[in-house]
Amino acid sequence: MVNSVWIVLILAGLLMGLINGELEAVTQSAIDSAKYAVELCLGLIGIYALWLGLMKVAEESGLVKAISKRMSGIMKFLFPEVPRRHPAMGAMTMNIIANMLGLGNAATPLGIKAMHELQSLNRNKDTATHAMCMFLIINASSVQLIPTTVVALRSVAGSKNPTEIIGTALMATSISTLAGIIAAKILARR
Amino acid sequence: MSEFIKTISVLAIPTFIFGVLGYGYFKRINVYEAFIEGAKEGLATTWSVLPYLVAMFVAIGIFRSSGAMDVVIKILTPITNFFGIPAEIIPLVLIRPMSGSASTGMLAELFKTYGPDSFVGRVASTMMGSTETIFYTLSIYFGAVGIKRIRYTMWAALIAEIAGLIASVIICRIVFGI
Repeated sequence: MVNSVWIVLILAGLLMGLINGELEAVTQSAIDSAKYAVELCLGLIGIYALWLGLMKVAEESGLVKAISKRMSGIMKFLFPEVPRRHPAMGAMTMNIIANMLGLGNAATPLGIKAMHELQSLNRNKDTATHAMCMFLIINASSVQLIPTTVVALRSVAGSKNPTEIIGTALMATSISTLAGIIAAKILARR
Repeated sequence: MSEFIKTISVLAIPTFIFGVLGYGYFKRINVYEAFIEGAKEGLATTWSVLPYLVAMFVAIGIFRSSGAMDVVIKILTPITNFFGIPAEIIPLVLIRPMSGSASTGMLAELFKTYGPDSFVGRVASTMMGSTETIFYTLSIYFGAVGIKRIRYTMWAALIAEIAGLIASVIICRIVFGI
């Protein structure tokens, strides 16, 4: 899908450049853009290193597990048909916490484990259960506490206050996740 | 409300650093060693994003400098104005559910063109943090267990994305004005 978007952008751009007589500007822009990508990356290395360093500490100290233990009430509401002590619950909780903390690398294997556990409760193996739908909707709408990549990009792009969007992003992500959960609960009843 | 959101922005990162490092120290792990271990991955991670950034930057650079972007924005403006969404972020909205790296590239390009502290830049930043790459997430997780009928998952996920987009615009208006 990205493939078609990408090729449309380039081909449409080139044609439009030809029509508008802007081909020189287009060529210049292609070269400048490629150069800017590298400059941007150089700026990002330090910030990424800082975050990944913190993430490693969070991972090794067992922070994710510690927070997971306090989540059982919400999890019971979200996944009423999964037994409380089923391993799927543990894996899903840890996946959601890892996502919230921005630990993408730790979250994916936990999420896949959770899907396998949910599949073991599934009677119809090629059709998603309500629990699976809810779990993936929460994953897709993401409840990231700190949008690290965005903050990093803003700071490299010369923002006066790169972190000013953390609060607004937190509000927006809460609303989007809530909308996803409500939609899922309603659609599940049909 | 606006003050409260601004306070969260100021406090989030210091609190996070304090919480993570404090907890690690309290749990008696070697915090410094673990940090260094993780930080080493920073280089590799950044490097792995580079090709995606080049691809997206060049494509959007061509599209924008040719005047094609202006045409698209002009066509979309009446519709997006109705919802109060800046038309400039529509390409980002469309690619966001498809690819994380591609949308990262597009966000960076928006910052370069409009500036990260412009209204467009702020709404784009806020929206970017509010949703994930839906299609990718669904395909790896459902693919892993061989589910073929995903029922209402896609619809609910798209509703969440649209809610996130509209919320981003409204919240940015309230907090940053204009």
